[in-house]
Amino acid sequence: MSEELLGINDLHVSFSTRRGMVEAVRGVTLSVEKGEMLGLVGESGSGKSVTGFATTRLLDAAGRVTGGKILFRGQDVTKLRGDDLRQLQGAAMSMIFQNPRAALNPIRAIGLQIADAILTHKKISKDAARAETLELLCAVQIRDPETRMNAYPHELSGGMCQRVMIAIAISCNPALLIADEPTTGLDVTTQKVVMDLLADIAAARGMATILITHDLGLAARYCRRIAVMERGRIVEEASPKKLFSAPQHAYTRRLVAASPTATSRIEDLVTEEERERHATIVSKPRQQLPHGTPPLLEVRKLAKRFDQGSAAVADFSMTMAGGESVGLVGESGSGKSTTSRMICRLIDPSEGDIVFDGQSIGHVASRDFHRSPLRKDIQMVFQDPNESLNPRFTAFDCIAHPLMRLDGMRAADALRKRVEECAERVGLPLDLLPRFPHQLSGGQKARVGIARAIACRPRLLVLDEPTAALDVSVQAVVLQLLDRLRRENDIALLFVSHDLNVVRMLCDRTIVLRNGGIVEQGESRALFDNPKTDYTRKLVEAIPHIETGPALAAAL
Amino acid sequence: MTTGLGATMVRAGRRLLSSLPALFGVLVFTFLLMRVLPGDPAVFFASGPNAGKEEIEQIRKQMGLDRSVPEQLVFYLSDIGHGNLGRSMMTGQPVLKDLRERLPASLELTFTALLIALIAAVPLGVVAALKPGSIVDHGVRLFCALGVCVPTFVSGLLLIYVFYYLLGLAPDPTGRVDVFTSLPPQRTGFLSIDFLLAGDIEGWWAACKQLILPAVSMALFVIAPLARITRASMLVSLGSDFVRTARSVGLSWRKVVVTYALRNAILPVITIAGIVFSTMLGANVLVEKVFSWPGVASYALDALLSSDYAPVQGFVLLMASLFVLVNLVVDICYGIADPRVSIA
Repeated sequence: MSEELLGINDLHVSFSTRRGMVEAVRGVTLSVEKGEMLGLVGESGSGKSVTGFATTRLLDAAGRVTGGKILFRGQDVTKLRGDDLRQLQGAAMSMIFQNPRAALNPIRAIGLQIADAILTHKKISKDAARAETLELLCAVQIRDPETRMNAYPHELSGGMCQRVMIAIAISCNPALLIADEPTTGLDVTTQKVVMDLLADIAAARGMATILITHDLGLAARYCRRIAVMERGRIVEEASPKKLFSAPQHAYTRRLVAASPTATSRIEDLVTEEERERHATIVSKPRQQLPHGTPPLLEVRKLAKRFDQGSAAVADFSMTMAGGESVGLVGESGSGKSTTSRMICRLIDPSEGDIVFDGQSIGHVASRDFHRSPLRKDIQMVFQDPNESLNPRFTAFDCIAHPLMRLDGMRAADALRKRVEECAERVGLPLDLLPRFPHQLSGGQKARVGIARAIACRPRLLVLDEPTAALDVSVQAVVLQLLDRLRRENDIALLFVSHDLNVVRMLCDRTIVLRNGGIVEQGESRALFDNPKTDYTRKLVEAIPHIETGPALAAAL
Repeated sequence: MTTGLGATMVRAGRRLLSSLPALFGVLVFTFLLMRVLPGDPAVFFASGPNAGKEEIEQIRKQMGLDRSVPEQLVFYLSDIGHGNLGRSMMTGQPVLKDLRERLPASLELTFTALLIALIAAVPLGVVAALKPGSIVDHGVRLFCALGVCVPTFVSGLLLIYVFYYLLGLAPDPTGRVDVFTSLPPQRTGFLSIDFLLAGDIEGWWAACKQLILPAVSMALFVIAPLARITRASMLVSLGSDFVRTARSVGLSWRKVVVTYALRNAILPVITIAGIVFSTMLGANVLVEKVFSWPGVASYALDALLSSDYAPVQGFVLLMASLFVLVNLVVDICYGIADPRVSIA
């Protein structure tokens, strides 16, 4: 086509590890035109970030380009050395990273960091650099830039830090910007603001952008062309519309199906071939509770204040029936995790009461709650499957531990049987039980976490962002698993998440939190289709939508 | 900025107050320990080995040792409250005066040693971290290992043998200056500074020459922990996201390594340097002995050997106070170097 800015030709990248060379990228061919935004989509380990790092020459010491060419304006980037390379980095192409706070120097004022980048490539005075820094801060819409120049990264929010990062990246007007998961970890509303800003800046300055992301919806919203990567190869490249309406490659089909959309149902998350098993279970209807059954959980006017300052949660009331699923959504800092932890009795509420199955448990100190007979009825699944498993416990120990502590099971045979039963219920192959967490994949660890939580047959399961750290295809399977457990065993689910699409699918009712208070609540589908408050509407609108035309519906 | 400084001062004050109970504990503990240790000071300080029973009793009464231990403790504490650390039986002088004379010598030696150690250790650690697994890295590791496994008195004697006996470069290793040099008027107690203030360059050079060997032999011992910490935290720093950011915009190598990586990596080194300093101050008795350095540690050791209670108790109190002070200084330095701390 017209003007090719970047041409990657049969790129191979290998990493030397303890187990020998591992090939992360195996023959990627890509081209980026001047001023276009290209989406590079794939799950973790697909090699999309490595491709980005190879292009900007930021690979770890262990990583090496073993084959292929990266042509930038006709010049092979992989062969550049010394000053030639430095003139390229920052000035001609630059990069924006995931986790913006870590990407900024924690002990250097942000104004200086931006000025560092400017002074590297322009021979101007410090005052002139300062003036340019101010302009850049204005360009990335940071309010009160004069004062913020002297701020340190820890004094800014995640979204602010990412704007500063963008300011650094665009400081020398590069022709190519590579954004590596620029909004992962940010709230949906912040994500929208940051991405809109990035797209506007790129358009205004005529920069070409590669958007590396695991989120198909995000790529579809901002890119006109999307390349899908799997295991180091590009499996498909097409316009978003074509990708969603007629995915050619099997992997793309799976990925498209697993990405939750505004209309998808839990059972839609896997492709047709994989669906058979699941369908039989879903057909079993949920038993209706007779009218007048007392609620399983009743929370009255719960409040939590930390040491000093305003309340993290205030005046929070809700009820849950047995077997019901309720979603708790809100941006970071809205108090959703604090609330879920109070209900789990992991932290003590400052005010209010929690009634579980007719018994008041709000006043039992969280320190002593492990002795309560109700402990095994309320269990929790935590956000990070890596951090929430003891690294020195095997999967078997992890699942057996609550059984021994809470159910008092000692007999080895019975214990083994129960653990294996739990593992089977969450679909964890039994031969993985003797493994340690680091020998398991993310999805397998998530299953161990869920198996541990359901081991004592709880009646209420509190899940704090259980799929936030997982790839969409793994998330799809975990969500189906949770839905199945709920239907089979009548476990009530309190699902804490920032992902509204997931909540919409999984939960009967949804509660929207903001600044520690309830903004809106109601039946999930109605609430999302027709939000009553501006805040909820803003949240719903910020979700990247995937256009699901009739063609797609037919394909599924 | 002013609020940050104010907050630091408030924190410092609070830390000082909270360390008072610990200091009191140290005081009582040392006092009791000295009474439990074998050896009777009255016998030791009596006129001779065949001193009579009455004479010993009299000395005992004079020293207040005839009273019960709790009574002695009360007297001791009230003395301390009045700023009186007692009198040394060895030197016949008040302990406070002895310590005040000797502390600058110890401090000067320790400061110099720490400075030498830092000047050597930080670059070594940085060089090792820049090329982990290379020959340079292994060389630094070997050097550190040697420094740690050779005791200070051995390295001190080796240095004396080479630089004084063989090469004749160093002066006679006895004391802070040779006997013929006239001392400058005492201002800071640090001879190298006092000579400079007095404008006596020759005297300054003489003092420095005396200082360098003991300081180096002490420094050799602590280079290892400092270099290892620098290397480890430099490796973390170099692998961090913000260094990657700095490289992504093409900052110069110098800027990346020094301004971005090293400034962050130096934070834990500050903490370790504080610990190393406190340890050196108490543990440099061997070096002081080898080089006849008139410091507090050798003073306390002599007192301990002769069951002279007051100097030992005074020394322990001094060390404990210095430890508190050094930690405080480290905290303040850390607060200045890391803007995140004042928030937390």
